Amino acid sequence: MEIRRIKASVVAETVKRLFIDCNYFIGDDITSALKNAVETERSPLGKNVLSQLIENNKIAASEQIPICQDTGMAVLFIEYGDKVVIEDGSFEQAVEQGVRSAYDEGYLRKSVVSDPVFDRKNTGDNTPAVIHTKIVSGDKIKILAGGKGFGSENMSAVAMLTPSKGVEGVKSFILDTVRKAGPNPCPPIVVGVGIGGTFEKAAQLAKKATLRDINTKNDDARYAAMEDELLEAINKMGFGPAGLGGTTTALGVNIETYPTHIAGMPVAVNICCHAARHKSAVI
Amino acid sequence: MNNINNMKRLTLPLSEQDVLNLSAGESVLLSGTMLTGRDAAHKRLYELIENGKELPIDIRNELIYYVGPAPAKPGYAVGPAGPTSSYRMDKYAPALMDLGLRGMIGKGARSQEVIDSIIRNKGVYFACIGGAAALIAKSIKKEEILCYDDLGTEAVRRYTVEDFPCIVAIDCKGNNVYVDGVKQYSEE
Repeated sequence: MEIRRIKASVVAETVKRLFIDCNYFIGDDITSALKNAVETERSPLGKNVLSQLIENNKIAASEQIPICQDTGMAVLFIEYGDKVVIEDGSFEQAVEQGVRSAYDEGYLRKSVVSDPVFDRKNTGDNTPAVIHTKIVSGDKIKILAGGKGFGSENMSAVAMLTPSKGVEGVKSFILDTVRKAGPNPCPPIVVGVGIGGTFEKAAQLAKKATLRDINTKNDDARYAAMEDELLEAINKMGFGPAGLGGTTTALGVNIETYPTHIAGMPVAVNICCHAARHKSAVI
Repeated sequence: MNNINNMKRLTLPLSEQDVLNLSAGESVLLSGTMLTGRDAAHKRLYELIENGKELPIDIRNELIYYVGPAPAKPGYAVGPAGPTSSYRMDKYAPALMDLGLRGMIGKGARSQEVIDSIIRNKGVYFACIGGAAALIAKSIKKEEILCYDDLGTEAVRRYTVEDFPCIVAIDCKGNNVYVDGVKQYSEE
């Protein structure tokens, strides 16, 4: 395979478009899940909340304005082909420039503060982004972008379970985390679960799981069954749409896994609101 | 939030009698003016109260909407403006309620200390739908920045609203839809 040259401006333009699009246009998977939920929801108030969310998402798309005022911190999962060379600039700067342009030109909220503890001063352009890059073989760049709101991010958790906790231990940690979050993360939620790897790998998998369409399943039938079982259990908790009571607390549970150490079984639960913003592109 | 014609309409500022008539779970439409504020503004207001200093805004009989709006596109009065999670303001809310704040608008559960301050001051906590920011913004007709402009989206604003949709989440007797509504549908 030959070396492929990609201009930094193409990367920046692609990143910009992904963040604007994911904030204006809800995914089809979420729209159909919300429409189904309007039919199945038992609470009249809950049904009404779901209809308003559908209406909200229609307004956002037709007027090209953000679905939610929290347009998130920019998170990117990038698969970078090892035959790609960036021209006229650096890759990382191009990604940051794309984020900056999206949040400026797209009228998205700037929600990032420079120092987390002492200064907490808004950086003014929503940078820096959180960038996860994996070098793969090939001559393409694949970019998965998500705007992560913090109402739900704050409700997330990691547990370093030991192997003896088994399947039941994994399930109860996930359910406990969702129960503790209750009405706060803007239900109906999407639950991203990462199991295995190390402390940080599990968290990263959980984030990536929130960016997977909810009409997809884990390839391993055992985890696919666990996704279904957890979704059913969560919808029996009673939180419902907007947490005001009802039978639609979650729209989907996505599990991602990775091999782990003989002594461990890390589990991370990353909760996402019903906006579940994500878009991807291949350059 | 049922049929808009059946919903209770209230004019802001709310009187004590208005608040006494509200019950948890009820959908209402608010018209008039309200204040906005979230994490950083609350921290500043609270520090002033702790140091015995005067607040830059008059909060008596007002509602504070916990919101940090997105920027307004040209031609819009405000950008998308849905509620943020209220529990982050729990540390500060009782002090503001004790100074005469009538109530709060946000989303999600509150601490017992906040619920006690609602009962003690004959106040109210309204919820609106998290994530319905584009829809909610339709009912906000005007905004004016009152203070803390340097905080950007977190600056304290005065919103003029018409038929702003919300639900009584915690009423002045302490009835709480986040407890009762959930209990009704829980199968655990």
